[in-house]
Amino acid sequence: MTTTDTVRAGAPETTTAPAVDWSAVRADFPLLARTVRGGRQLVYLDSAATAQKPNVVLEAEVDFYEQRNAAVHRGAHQLAEEATEAFEDARVAVATFVGADPGEIVWAPGATAALNLVAYAFSNATAGRGGARAERFVLRPGDEIVVTEAEHHANLVPWQELCARTGAVLRWFGVTDDGRLDLSDLDAVITERTRVVAFGHVSNVTGAVAPVATLVEAARRVGAVTVLDACQSVPNLPVDLHALGVDFAAFSAHKMLGPTGVGALYGRRELLEAMPPVTTGGSMVEVVTMQETTYAPPPQRFEAGTQMVAQAVGMGVAAQWLDELGMDAVAEHERQLAAELLKIADIPGVRVIGPLDTADRLAVVSFVVDGVHAHDVGQVLDDKGIAVRVGHHCAQPLHRRFGVAATARASASVYTTVEEIVAFREALAGVRAFFGAE
Amino acid sequence: MSSLEQMYQQVILDHAKHPHGRGLVAVAGDGLAGESHQVNPTCGDEVTLRVAVAPAADGGAPTVSGVSWEGQGCSISQASTSVMTELVTGRTLDEVARLDATFHDLMASRGKGLDDEDAEDSLGDATAFTGVSQYPARIKCALLGWAALKDSLARSGALAG
Repeated sequence: MTTTDTVRAGAPETTTAPAVDWSAVRADFPLLARTVRGGRQLVYLDSAATAQKPNVVLEAEVDFYEQRNAAVHRGAHQLAEEATEAFEDARVAVATFVGADPGEIVWAPGATAALNLVAYAFSNATAGRGGARAERFVLRPGDEIVVTEAEHHANLVPWQELCARTGAVLRWFGVTDDGRLDLSDLDAVITERTRVVAFGHVSNVTGAVAPVATLVEAARRVGAVTVLDACQSVPNLPVDLHALGVDFAAFSAHKMLGPTGVGALYGRRELLEAMPPVTTGGSMVEVVTMQETTYAPPPQRFEAGTQMVAQAVGMGVAAQWLDELGMDAVAEHERQLAAELLKIADIPGVRVIGPLDTADRLAVVSFVVDGVHAHDVGQVLDDKGIAVRVGHHCAQPLHRRFGVAATARASASVYTTVEEIVAFREALAGVRAFFGAE
Repeated sequence: MSSLEQMYQQVILDHAKHPHGRGLVAVAGDGLAGESHQVNPTCGDEVTLRVAVAPAADGGAPTVSGVSWEGQGCSISQASTSVMTELVTGRTLDEVARLDATFHDLMASRGKGLDDEDAEDSLGDATAFTGVSQYPARIKCALLGWAALKDSLARSGALAG
């Protein structure tokens, strides 16, 4: 590690973050050393899509397979014990990182699967599964589910589908011109009929941080369940789920420097206890007869079948690594990089979709270039070794809201340097000339 | 020429700026007509294309008598649809099917172009898209208009029998 001291996530803001040697941090990511497109140094500005992995995460997976690989939670042999210990230690690390108890963390293949798990649990409860204690998850015609126009499709489509299956009605908050949630009609949207309020902590398009406290308070007033898509926040901000007070949260390892194929669903313990299972099969049961089955307590109730053990171990290591780096320091670094990225707004013909100030926003900056399609922008940047995302970033309604089909997006992570962003700005400044845009 | 310049050849940039056939035109007369809407879900590019097919005259074959389209997308998808419009207008349906197959072959060539010089020549300006085939993510952009043409021809009923 490169910090001289350790700052825990969720520490008060007055804490002075220790000086982090960010270039040493960067040196921990082997992929960043490679070149692309005929020998150009890679400038990776697509971390909001997926982040690169530090050596400790790569080594943790290899180490698991080389030394401890075995089926977890079964078998009496030593390897099974060690594998189970590594798997459960990872759960503790992830829980600690986000301010949760280990029993409140359910492994999922990723945030998309985690969000679908909650939506299908509502479905199953509505179909009568889970009995009386699952009442909180039963939907009736006329019930409403609230989302926002800024959602990633992963936190929109599962709720649309749940509405279609149950007769519940989908409602949503709009977005202001500067890309923040428009809560001016808060009391008209979240009402006594609202049963679920699902929203993203940070938009993967605008980078805007949602006012979680306001939404949680409004949801609590009417007894609605809150579901937080924390994919973009957990890698870049100190996140304390107990302090935020949300009922559920989902996040993926691969965006927080961990492996693909694993993520987590956080659920408040009493809700997980009451929630009926979704995927059924091995490992999630108590007693199985030919007639019926009783289910294990959470989190195992929601972890049917063989789990992604090596990846979970890698996620635990990623969480610990970030924790030791200090999420306050990471957030401050992120603020500086956001300010550097936002300077593209000064380039003639470039329009940023999202807030132009660095308050309550992350270093995820989407933009359009007058007269040049996002794909073409991305291609010219790629020719200089600069990797950005182009398209709708799985948020078509938000793009429609701003009257564009596609944007280009630059996003930063712990390993991003100011020099990289300067190179990006210089390349971007040349894009319109390349296409002869007036 | 860099890979980027090979991809964005002047002819492509010109077609992207001044596309041919853009603006949907109502189809008149006694021929067949078909329309298709195609989307590239990865980037949201769209094209709506309308084709008119003139019936066979004097023992000849039916021909594409008009192509018009409306769309939004990157310069590659817009230019490709424009070049295709020029290329297929006035051609018989058999010729259009051959051009479609040849263009797909070109897009699968990974930047190498076609071995068959006659086939490549038949594509006219569309050979300028050889450079696009080096970029797997962009091949779909170049094929969007072609997909709309094929589908609208199918919908016109002209391919039946």
